[in-house]
Amino acid sequence: MKCWNPEMETMSRDELHTLQSERIVKAVQYVYSRVNPYRKKMEDAGITPGDIRSIDDLVKLPFTDKYDLADNYPYGLFAVPMREVIELHASSGTTGRQKVVGYTRSDLDLWREVMARTFAAGGVTKDDIMHVSYGYGLFTGGFGGHYGAERIGAAIVPIGTGNTQRQITVLRDFGCTAICCTPSYMLYIAETIEKMGIDPDEIKLRVGFLGAEPWTVEMRDDIERRLRIRTYDIYGLTEVIGPGVAFECDARAGLHVNEDHFYPEILDPDTLLPVPDGTQGELAFTCMTKECVPLLRYRTRDIAAVTHETCACGRTLARISKPVGRTDDMLIIRGVNVFPSQVESVLLNIPEASPYYMLIIDRVGALDTLEIQVELTPDVPVDQIRTLETIQKKIRSQVDSTLGLAAAIRLLPPQTLPRVEGKAKRVEDRRKL
Amino acid sequence: MFISQLSIFVRNSPGSIAEITGILAKAGIDIRAFSVADTTDYGILRLIVNAPDRAEKVLRERGIAVSLNRVIGVQVPDVPGGMHEVFAYLAECGIGIEYGYAFVSRREGFAYAILRVDDKERAAKLLEERNIPMLTPREVYQN
Repeated sequence: MKCWNPEMETMSRDELHTLQSERIVKAVQYVYSRVNPYRKKMEDAGITPGDIRSIDDLVKLPFTDKYDLADNYPYGLFAVPMREVIELHASSGTTGRQKVVGYTRSDLDLWREVMARTFAAGGVTKDDIMHVSYGYGLFTGGFGGHYGAERIGAAIVPIGTGNTQRQITVLRDFGCTAICCTPSYMLYIAETIEKMGIDPDEIKLRVGFLGAEPWTVEMRDDIERRLRIRTYDIYGLTEVIGPGVAFECDARAGLHVNEDHFYPEILDPDTLLPVPDGTQGELAFTCMTKECVPLLRYRTRDIAAVTHETCACGRTLARISKPVGRTDDMLIIRGVNVFPSQVESVLLNIPEASPYYMLIIDRVGALDTLEIQVELTPDVPVDQIRTLETIQKKIRSQVDSTLGLAAAIRLLPPQTLPRVEGKAKRVEDRRKL
Repeated sequence: MFISQLSIFVRNSPGSIAEITGILAKAGIDIRAFSVADTTDYGILRLIVNAPDRAEKVLRERGIAVSLNRVIGVQVPDVPGGMHEVFAYLAECGIGIEYGYAFVSRREGFAYAILRVDDKERAAKLLEERNIPMLTPREVYQN
């Protein structure tokens, strides 16, 4: 096991419970005395800090969500004066206002620590060269990756996004051994390497830390096979810290939550009550140690399950399943819940189809329609309409049995859907609801 | 006996054929015959060109879905009933025709029908037996 902080990562559950309890009591007093909107929320719920005596009392606290950030834009939830803030980040949201978070010096140290754990779990050491291909800027990906590699002492190539051919030249010539980026960009890099006629063996890359968007096991297999690397899933969100909230170990049995800092809960989507281990629900996090924006019971909209069993890797930190989607990614089509990632799994099992796709949802009269646009791979024999119709039928029947929903399949020539360097856009909902 | 044909998968939208012809024009490739088959969603552009292997390579490099396959070019006399004679014969022999289109000869008096049939080996043999001439690679690829 490659552990950055064995004390915290393998602490017994009892000790962890005590630590979390101490920390949550302090965190609640801290926000109550420093953040007006929080005090008001707690007063409205009839709660005082004295009601929280251990982590088990967390359920008494009201939730926070993206609307709290929007309503208090930009700095209304900050618990410290600006003189203590040394960095700001933001992520765009569906509320129309950016979600702005600040970091104190101690918050940045915390971020470095959790990202160092993330990379160390994938075997990164100071001998590595880390190619940071997440965007630098208000988005947390670039800096998060940077800080983690910096804490470990790896050499950082702060390349950011864009200019894929140049990125590949840098990967090869600089001898980068590790990379962090979105899985869809990793796949695009693989595709471009093949197009440039470069042998993957010329590139020393060994590990990739991929996240910031949902991806499937099939997509992972595809990336690992094409680039001959091992990949690790990473999970995070700006509101909590950025990347580094949870990370994958070699056991590949879920993502370890850095539970000494971020307490995870899984909530029933209807009742918002915590569900037992192994049951899927909405993921919420409580920041127990942050200084600038310590959100409590923050609803992520991501759907996952949690387990508290000790992992095969030896870590005791709870594990969340790879999020299957987001409550706001989830599409309801003709009453059926659909996640774009399900379509992706189907396509990755069909050799004639590329993993690039677009879902177009519309409403004709009272009926929802789903069209899936799929790019063919370049070597499909395209002479006969019959062959193409067979491919179309195969995709249609597999989509039908996976989603429980009939979809129209539209085949597209290779390389026609837009390639992106950040998060891929795969849904166009034209319904006027 | 057989000639090479390029089949290209194109989107059903304006400009998608021009994209292909543009790539071929730039590569100095001469298009000798073409046909477009269309469905609601997409089209298949089929081409006979003077340099099929090179054409396939330049298209593939551009990420175009293209396949190279072998078809028959049957000589058809340019007189009433000329076409019928060929098709009636193939029908009699039970050869199924999947698709076809015309290829104009540089020689006067006849044209060629480019055909994809269900059993091209047998069709070619039958045509030879009947002394119906077929388009030779030589005639297609000459410049």
